Amino acid sequence: MNFLAAIGRATLALLSTVGAVVLFALGAVVSGLTGRLYWRQLGRQMLEMGYFSLPVVGLTAVFTGMVLALQSYTGFARFEAQDAIPTIVVLSMTRELGPVLAGLMVAGRVGASIAAELGTMRVTEQIDALTTLATDPLRYLVFPRLLAGTIMLPALVLVADVIGVMGGWLVSVYKLGFGPIEYINRTFEHLETQDVVSGLVKAAVFGFLLTLMGCYHGYRSKGGAQGVGAATTRAVVSASILILIANYVVTELFFAR
Amino acid sequence: MPETPTTPILAERPAAAAAAPAKIAIRGLVKSFGRKRVLRGLDLDVPEGRSLVVIGGSGSGKSVLIKSVLGIVTPDAGSIRVDGQELVGASRAELDRARRKFGMLFQGAALFDSLPVLENVAFGLLARRLVDRRTARERAIATLAKVGLGPEAADLYPAELSGGMQKRVGLARAIAAEPEILFFDEPTTGLDPIMADVINELIRGLVSELGATALSITHDMASVRKIAHRVAMLYEGKIIWEGPVERLDDSGNPYVDQFVHGRAEGPIKVGVERNG
Repeated sequence: MNFLAAIGRATLALLSTVGAVVLFALGAVVSGLTGRLYWRQLGRQMLEMGYFSLPVVGLTAVFTGMVLALQSYTGFARFEAQDAIPTIVVLSMTRELGPVLAGLMVAGRVGASIAAELGTMRVTEQIDALTTLATDPLRYLVFPRLLAGTIMLPALVLVADVIGVMGGWLVSVYKLGFGPIEYINRTFEHLETQDVVSGLVKAAVFGFLLTLMGCYHGYRSKGGAQGVGAATTRAVVSASILILIANYVVTELFFAR
Repeated sequence: MPETPTTPILAERPAAAAAAPAKIAIRGLVKSFGRKRVLRGLDLDVPEGRSLVVIGGSGSGKSVLIKSVLGIVTPDAGSIRVDGQELVGASRAELDRARRKFGMLFQGAALFDSLPVLENVAFGLLARRLVDRRTARERAIATLAKVGLGPEAADLYPAELSGGMQKRVGLARAIAAEPEILFFDEPTTGLDPIMADVINELIRGLVSELGATALSITHDMASVRKIAHRVAMLYEGKIIWEGPVERLDDSGNPYVDQFVHGRAEGPIKVGVERNG
């Protein structure tokens, strides 16, 4: 019986958390869409999430592309299929690795900083202060971040796609003996619009999820510095897990078509 | 022993005191956090144009009281009326409208640390769309002057300010939109005695200059004597004494006596409690 009770408690806790997160997200989106949009907040967040994430996302992408080319060469050379390398690199990057790796890197960078910032604002009563100054904290703090994440992550992933393909190109041309033009031609030979679009849709979903986790955990943090630290950890861990789950769900949706 | 505030209080404004309509009327306010019952049926009236200070020990629920009135904490039961308008269970739009009358100075000042001083002070004006950006800037500078800060402070960030300066800026932010009701949460906590007195003087001056109603919470008795017209003592979730500040020393209430004189012995038992 104790075993069953433990399962029941865990299930209830999970469901109530899911409910709280959904209500939080709905509240933020509804209040964001029904009132004024804080353009300055949105601009600041877009700059912070998009532009300042470029180095980390770019580095991740270039090395991922390089490794992809090397690894697929090792495997494909065994049955004389090296010609498929450009296609493998570009499909892996656009459909899968671009969005997932960018999502995880940005979750670590941006999700953590959102949780820490909102968490500090919570424990120093700055969020309460917003309320007393006739400003809805969900509209002012949360919605611009959610929107910025949803817009900027696809943009980052597009850049990551290009840089990743370039990484594959570098290795293939300088190490594996591909012709530079031939590699580019082969890259686009089998690439379809949907490959890129599905990756960008994933990115938008990931961007929303990771900013949501940062906002949710930061907004609800309590208990001083320790609470803010815990919120930051929870934000990054839950965002990473949600990104991996959502990755499968979105892939499945596109795969069925 | 709840005492009904019927006697005229201050000689200079007898009419206001005697017939003062309650600007804020709180009845039967109840709030629990989990199993901890913080407010247990609290009744309190704040007369218009008066400054009422609620005293009480740490964890007695003073902050919960003030945050309930501000609508930051939702009470479990009871009634809070501001100018006769019920706030408990009010819609968001109604709450927003009531909050336009409010100005609040938080314990740690709660300045927005991503914004410079000027934008902190102008925040409420701009959020309520009372004025355009340039006017807001001018009003903010003028408000800063009222709390003794020059325009050179306007471009600093909160992290660059001392505790006393942060409190001044917080005060300026609270009064910038000329609210009808001011709330002060432990206004002197964390300040040295001189700076505390400066803040007390500022509060006293600004409240009477604005003609505002003030509800404060503190456990600093020097501050109480300086800024209060009336004092109420909160103990175990209820107001156990209320009266004019002049009666503080002969309240006839052993709880108030113990608190006012800061004695460890008395009817109030000090245990280890979690802060409400």
